[in-house]
Amino acid sequence: MNANSKILSVAERAYRATVEEQDDTVLWFTWTVRKAGAPIDVLLRGNTVNYVVKGQEVSGLTFGEVSFGNPPAIEHDLQEMMKESIKIYVVREDLETRGINPSDILNGTHLISSKEIAGLYDQYDQIWHW
Amino acid sequence: MKTLTILLMDPPYETENTTTALRIADAALRKGHKVRVFAYEGAVSLTMSQQKQHPNPVKNQDVAQADHPTTIRAIQSLFKKGPMEWIACGMCVDERGVDFIPEAKRGGPKDFYEWVKDSTNTLVIGTQ
Repeated sequence: MNANSKILSVAERAYRATVEEQDDTVLWFTWTVRKAGAPIDVLLRGNTVNYVVKGQEVSGLTFGEVSFGNPPAIEHDLQEMMKESIKIYVVREDLETRGINPSDILNGTHLISSKEIAGLYDQYDQIWHW
Repeated sequence: MKTLTILLMDPPYETENTTTALRIADAALRKGHKVRVFAYEGAVSLTMSQQKQHPNPVKNQDVAQADHPTTIRAIQSLFKKGPMEWIACGMCVDERGVDFIPEAKRGGPKDFYEWVKDSTNTLVIGTQ
């Protein structure tokens, strides 16, 4: 492994602790190592394909008299990650299974078939399957 | 000597991932390789210094008889086995209020990536 080796970060467990973390922790970690110079992309499969649906809003969490600000904004985070040259791959069949229309997802993402995943993995030096 | 970097995310006493990862670390150290572990999220509690053994009342075992395995006992033993480094994600530590054993150091994702570049291979074990 060297500084030019490509990494694919595969996120499959969706919305794990996103409210209390204000982020998806896998995407946050991926974004952070990108800022550290890692050539890294993301594959969303399983329930995480819901992350690319436009118009998600999760503010307003209150316990007793305490309201929590800065709610997770995964849609915005993914857009920022794409600006930093992180490719976001999304498994088409996982969208279809969940009834998500491709017209409802973020622009700039790359839809791939589940049959193409093995070939995608071959394009990377390391697969971080969270 | 080769270098294996492992990222763990599960907290102790939750899944089989912890045992499997520590067994992989043990096997690598026994073969003379170097092991680096980055503890992310709940895994920072693996090195929590306040861990205590407890009795097993249903089996009428006191603390000594039960000899309950704690993860810090296993990890501290691995440190004695061979060249090992352990970094606990600092932000994850702060969120959880965890004090960890002195063998573990505080760090962040950038430290993990520096390890990755310098390792023979890397194994990421996330929380499913």
